Amino acid sequence: MTDLSTQDAPFAGSGSSLMRRRNRRQVMLQGLGLAAISFAALMLFVLIASLVSTGYKAFIQTHITVEVFVDPEEISVEKLPRGGFRDVLLASLQKEFPDVEGRAELRSLQNIFSNGAQFQLRDMVSADQSLIGQTVTLRAPVSDPFDQLAKGLVKRETPEQLRRVSDREIDWFDTLDAAGKISQPVNWGLITNADSRFPELAGLKGALVGSFWALLVCFLISFPLGIGAAIYLEEFAPKNRWSDLIEVNINNLAAVPSVVFGLLALAVFIGWFGMPRSAPIVGGMTLALMTMPTIIIATRAALKAVPPSIREAALGVGASRHQVVFGHVLPLAMPGILTGTIIGLAQALGETAPLLLIGMNAFITSAPTSPFDSATALPTQIFIWADSPERGFVSRTSAAILVLLTFLITMNAVAIYLRSKFERKW
Amino acid sequence: MTTAAFLCLFVLAVAGYVWNRQAASAIRADGTRLHSLEGFHGFYSLLTVLVPVIVLILLWLVFQGPAVDSILKAGLADRLAGLGTGEVQLILAEIKSISRGAVFGTPEQWKFDAAERYLALNARADQLLLVLVLALSLTLVVLSRRKVAAEFRARHGVERIISGLMIFCSVVAIFVTVGIIASLLFETARFFAKVPVTEFLFGTNWEPQIPLREDQVAAAGAFGWLPVMLGTLVITVIALFVAVPVGLMSAIYLNEFAPKRLRAVAKPFLEILAGVPTVVYGFFAILVVAPAMRSFFAAIGVDVSPNIALAAGSVMGIMLIPFISSFADDALSAVPQSLRDGALGLGATRAEMMTTVLFPAAIPGIVGGILLAVSRAIGETMIVVMAAGLIAKMTINPLDSVTTVTVQIVTLLIGDTSFDNPKTLAAFALGMMLFIVTLVINIFALRIVRKYREAYD
Repeated sequence: MTDLSTQDAPFAGSGSSLMRRRNRRQVMLQGLGLAAISFAALMLFVLIASLVSTGYKAFIQTHITVEVFVDPEEISVEKLPRGGFRDVLLASLQKEFPDVEGRAELRSLQNIFSNGAQFQLRDMVSADQSLIGQTVTLRAPVSDPFDQLAKGLVKRETPEQLRRVSDREIDWFDTLDAAGKISQPVNWGLITNADSRFPELAGLKGALVGSFWALLVCFLISFPLGIGAAIYLEEFAPKNRWSDLIEVNINNLAAVPSVVFGLLALAVFIGWFGMPRSAPIVGGMTLALMTMPTIIIATRAALKAVPPSIREAALGVGASRHQVVFGHVLPLAMPGILTGTIIGLAQALGETAPLLLIGMNAFITSAPTSPFDSATALPTQIFIWADSPERGFVSRTSAAILVLLTFLITMNAVAIYLRSKFERKW
Repeated sequence: MTTAAFLCLFVLAVAGYVWNRQAASAIRADGTRLHSLEGFHGFYSLLTVLVPVIVLILLWLVFQGPAVDSILKAGLADRLAGLGTGEVQLILAEIKSISRGAVFGTPEQWKFDAAERYLALNARADQLLLVLVLALSLTLVVLSRRKVAAEFRARHGVERIISGLMIFCSVVAIFVTVGIIASLLFETARFFAKVPVTEFLFGTNWEPQIPLREDQVAAAGAFGWLPVMLGTLVITVIALFVAVPVGLMSAIYLNEFAPKRLRAVAKPFLEILAGVPTVVYGFFAILVVAPAMRSFFAAIGVDVSPNIALAAGSVMGIMLIPFISSFADDALSAVPQSLRDGALGLGATRAEMMTTVLFPAAIPGIVGGILLAVSRAIGETMIVVMAAGLIAKMTINPLDSVTTVTVQIVTLLIGDTSFDNPKTLAAFALGMMLFIVTLVINIFALRIVRKYREAYD
């Protein structure tokens, strides 16, 4: 701060007390300004830091590796895909801990496995039936409490009755760990699994696919509509009350709260047209209505930036007005239009409220295969996970946010690159 | 089946394009001068086929479902006689799920028959659509082919169609506004048919519980929107308390005092802050800010509610900082250089020039920006849905838990909703109020901003 005062004060060195007071005031104003910027930067830093510090743990997942004897007495070819996969898994653990007895004890031993482990084994055996009667190596996720324990989120110092894992369970886990049966590989399940009630199995696949469909629909609708409207308003529309009305209307539409678009979609698309709830196509249509004003405004700015000399030259050699616009002005304005469109789509990707209202916050355990299937989207998935009581979902939520932010930053970076690469100064 | 229809259409349209183009080329090869280039003859055919047929397909898709339903219902008239709308919907849904092969329990035989009939009706509708599309496209292809002639003004035709399409695109924006107003008005009117307007506008009690059974106790539910609006205002004011000083000071600093390098870093920083989705801010509020505030107030011995309004409000304030800062920066930059030069020339320090000349001159633009921020804060949803409370109270205590209009809209509509109970309709009434309030603020703010820009241009 001191060097600021000597550099920027206009009459540094003049000795009168009035001057000193005036300079001091300037320093104060600058200090306040710097403090304001620092506050904003600090908040951004805290935001990112808190997300990274809670979220990075979800990018690895604690797994347990066991030798499973696929007992033909429990699992037979005729009964597949049914069979005693749970019991087979438990038997493999019992080999490690022969002294564990009693139903309750065995059940808590079983609980080391995630609920998904038995299905993983089932799929393995169903795919290759010759495995029955053999011993296979299975690496499966451990259940959430043990995952938290391995990641240090469940503190061992906490009194036993306040912990989600008992001392005895910790002993088991440590024994397994010492035997090298616990590993922490990269958690690809976060991207390849769909949603689940169990944090250790929950992934973003459904949300990613849902967001993809919704954005695709949004783009297919808003891009042509937005460009068409912008070209008409900028290049062809007569300046009269009618085009003024459209213009005011578009500016206002850009500032309507997003939740109101959700109400519109709920009443019109779902209520009146009877379109399916929770479907990415409805989500995409809603987002398209919100993105359209952004695209129109960006396109008009890009068209305005093309100098009139281009239009006059083309008109002068005998092109019609349509030929001028579509053959010359529009190609020149395309980089600006694409930049605006990508930024609009990035906004649409992060939009949550309207998607909640049309039911894209449903619990869906399989990824959608078409835009008409029920699905979630990335931001609504974040909302669902943030609402879930299980501790494991806290880090999952942060991780999902990091994934969403990665997409947004990539899209914006592409937009900035396009702008700097293709933008022409006239 | 619709894919097949679209496929037919595109194949025929492209065929029409090629056919017309070749016909025009042939005329040209004979040595006759064409009015329009061959390509325009082709496009003329393409567009005359595509536009009407796509409209036909879309209309068909919209109306096929309801039409099939009503034919189905007419066929089952004697079975459905005397049932309420809800029950009829349930039966229809069951029939449709049977038709998809998902049978639950043991439905009666007539439902299986109806499911079969439903499938047959849909299949027939699909066939009919395909036939119609084929017939219409073929007719249009032939009609536009017959127009090809040396003096036919194909370019004018194409340009007229394209102009029409563009006008349609720009009118869509109006349709959207009309759609918003119509849907809100329609549902709100139904709400006011069940709950008196005066109770909604002036009631101080918001308890939208609706009885599941007719005879339930404490069943009435209260729909006075005042406490909800008050809560919205409390959160908005808190947000402004954070956003306005920080946003304005950073704009002043960046505009006048910041070294170039800092400005080059700080601007993208603020843009990142502006690009963060609100659901992320909401999670930030419940993950970091609210616990920090609770422990702070616990440490100084003040009792606060778990969903403290201060947390939601201040996080919303952080969200609004870049918004206000960029508006204020624009407004300050729009003040002509001559005013700056004049003030500095008279011997003002740069701080005095800022506070006595630049800032007052930029006030209208800044006020416009702040008003837009207010309308954003009122309409902001995710932060408050995640971090604010659910229970409406007549309080302005920022340490208490308050609820907002948007929170109520979302909580009333999440989950399965039917359009015939006041609880659902109340959300539309709140949405109507939200739309009106933000619209008024927006129009006012945009007018101020625009007028001010003109003043210095």
